[in-house]
Amino acid sequence: MYHGGKIITGLVIFLGLVSLPFWANMGGSYEQPKIELPKNSTECIAPKEEMRTKHMQLLDEWRDMALREGKRTYISANGKEYTISLQNTCMECHTSKVEFCDKCHTDAGVTPYCWDCHVPPKEAK
Amino acid sequence: MKQSRRNFLKFAGLSAAGLCLAPTAVALASGGGGGGKAHAVVSAKTLHAKRWAMVIDTRKLNTEEEINALAEVCHHIHNVPTIPGKQEIKWLWEGTYAETFPEQENNFPSEDLEKRRFPLLCNHCEAPSCVRVCPTKATFKRADGIVAMDYHRCIGCRYCMAACPYGSRSFNFMDPRPFMDMDKINKKFPTRMRGVVEKCNFCVERLAVGEMPACVEKSSGAITFGDLQNPDSSVRKVLRENFTIRRKPAVGTEPGVYYII
Repeated sequence: MYHGGKIITGLVIFLGLVSLPFWANMGGSYEQPKIELPKNSTECIAPKEEMRTKHMQLLDEWRDMALREGKRTYISANGKEYTISLQNTCMECHTSKVEFCDKCHTDAGVTPYCWDCHVPPKEAK
Repeated sequence: MKQSRRNFLKFAGLSAAGLCLAPTAVALASGGGGGGKAHAVVSAKTLHAKRWAMVIDTRKLNTEEEINALAEVCHHIHNVPTIPGKQEIKWLWEGTYAETFPEQENNFPSEDLEKRRFPLLCNHCEAPSCVRVCPTKATFKRADGIVAMDYHRCIGCRYCMAACPYGSRSFNFMDPRPFMDMDKINKKFPTRMRGVVEKCNFCVERLAVGEMPACVEKSSGAITFGDLQNPDSSVRKVLRENFTIRRKPAVGTEPGVYYII
């Protein structure tokens, strides 16, 4: 191999640089974002774990139910009735988009486009 | 024990019967056991019809001011922006007789008719051409005849705008929010985003809570709204008693908006 030493050294340096983010973050602990929970309500339409992992699917289903099937009342697993609406039901309790939605979304690096159309409640100053 | 033919047949028969009953038994067990599954239902307050339709009495409602007042209410509750020029967005607007009923004009119309203005909106057609051409099913016809839109699915191709013979659709060439006073908008209704088409929705969100469409409510009786399929409904009564025409009958879309002349 011509210039073997140089090539191998170069490769090692290259791999080191590419994997730098992993090295830099090794040992660091991940802290979950602290979101603001509603003050006027203690339970959501589904258990916390389910909402955490499946709220996007739920919103997707809600959209089809309300718009296409005309079914605008949701009966949750424990029998409670809710109006199907992101703007008028979800945000009634979760009154701050910045303190609730954005915290996790920013942390996870996702940018859902809900708020291009739906109007978030006014943020308290 | 030796298996006899008789015993074998008995056992086989019982197993078959059990298999037939199993699905019912499972359904009964899960249905009766409290809790239940989350599901959606039609709200109790929702107004129902087999085919929603509108009759506009243009003898009572025919000036620019009156129609614009209705448009203002409509545009406010649906957060329709006010954009001047060719990129304007409109759900309800007005036009002259010639603009409203092309091909149904006469060379010497009455003075009264020449002066009249006509309210224009989405006709919620029986055979909507916009629905036929939509490549993503973003616009669709509901079971009750309302031609609705799902803005989430609209890709802004504007086929529907080309297909609509009534010019009922507007395109958001840019973000509509800068053209609205965001402090005064209706917080109960979303806005739209750049790149989607929009139009009148026959106030489907109001029908869902038991209210009549906003323009009907504000028209002080000049607009009638009801079920076209029900012979005893208010619209059918008005249609029985008055001569009405619809826009562009030749295109065969069967509009759901009737005009008393």
